Amino acid sequence: MSKIETRKLPLPHDARDKLLPGDAACPGCPIPIALKVVSAVFGEKAILVIPACCTSVILGTYPGQAIKTSVIHVPFASAAAVASGVSQALRTRGIKDVHVIAWAGDGGTADIGVASVSGAAERNEDIIYIMYDNEAYMNTGIQRSSSTPRGAWTTTTPTGKIENKKDMARILIAHGVPYVATASVGYPHDLYGKLQRARSMSGFRFIHIHAPCPPGWRFDPQYTVRVAKLAVETGLWVLYEYYDGKLTVSGPSRPYMDPAKRKPIEEYLKIQGRFRVITDELINEIKKYVNENWYWITKMSR
Amino acid sequence: MVKVVKPPRNDKLPLTRPVIGVAGKTGLWRNMKPLVNNVKCTRCYQCEIYCPVNAINVEPETGAMINYDYCKGCGLCMDVCPSGAITMIPETGE
Repeated sequence: MSKIETRKLPLPHDARDKLLPGDAACPGCPIPIALKVVSAVFGEKAILVIPACCTSVILGTYPGQAIKTSVIHVPFASAAAVASGVSQALRTRGIKDVHVIAWAGDGGTADIGVASVSGAAERNEDIIYIMYDNEAYMNTGIQRSSSTPRGAWTTTTPTGKIENKKDMARILIAHGVPYVATASVGYPHDLYGKLQRARSMSGFRFIHIHAPCPPGWRFDPQYTVRVAKLAVETGLWVLYEYYDGKLTVSGPSRPYMDPAKRKPIEEYLKIQGRFRVITDELINEIKKYVNENWYWITKMSR
Repeated sequence: MVKVVKPPRNDKLPLTRPVIGVAGKTGLWRNMKPLVNNVKCTRCYQCEIYCPVNAINVEPETGAMINYDYCKGCGLCMDVCPSGAITMIPETGE
């Protein structure tokens, strides 16, 4: 057998030392994948502020925690407010190399925490706000959130949600913050690049991560990455970043600016059990929403 | 600069510490077990990047090594493997 040459590693190799095995996540959970990328960028020089969400369960209970960074667990609505306070305290003490990361779910950002997020964005606090979007309150048993897409089943919308998803990234762009990006757990290298750029900037930085949840979206745990990639390939989820007043569509999403190259949306819907109740006219409504979303993005990226 | 009050010695504070296996040996949750064929493995590191439990360790010499104490058996590594080197077999419990 020929000798296998050593080559450059795709992510920093110490990424695997920061998030420790044996966390309390469900099998196939996308959150540890995203946390692994976050810890690959920031190492131990980060303070995670985590409101009540899946991650507060995943990182474990009192004598131990599953990540090698400082973690503050806070009440639901206050993640951005606490992160602002920690960031001000670090500045007063003259500590410059530690980043404050508010890590919240879609409920803690788009529903309950939106007031404190908006306040922190308006004050342009020096924090990184990461919202991982599993599109419902998964921790408490799959209740509808404002980030749930149209047509999706949850325990509180048994016949499918009738409203569209709240677009947090667009709300934050309207705040005029220095950096807004969307990412997906299906593309860790793209997320890595976005976190590196966020790290090099200061002010309020917002990253919206699409995170497919196997038990909540009713698909097999092994398809987490496949579903995340399908969301991008069908054009339902668009990866872009916004800084210096310019919106740039990121590499993985760029081929799908052309509608002909996008995969049919049915492919994404049929892999998930939560879209079992969907009707044909609702699929057409979703297609219309996707086209409107892309229209806005192509207009903005010029 | 403000004067910083030093906290008492760290080991007396009720702080959590990073430990491996905060939820116990999560390998017990598994009912399908991944097996790696290291001859087929091309060392692309996809499984290591995507493994949610951080239980896969790819080395250029040995190939992918799975930590069965903590592997939850989700099968995500099998789905992302481009060369089909990982197969899932039922857990027999020995």
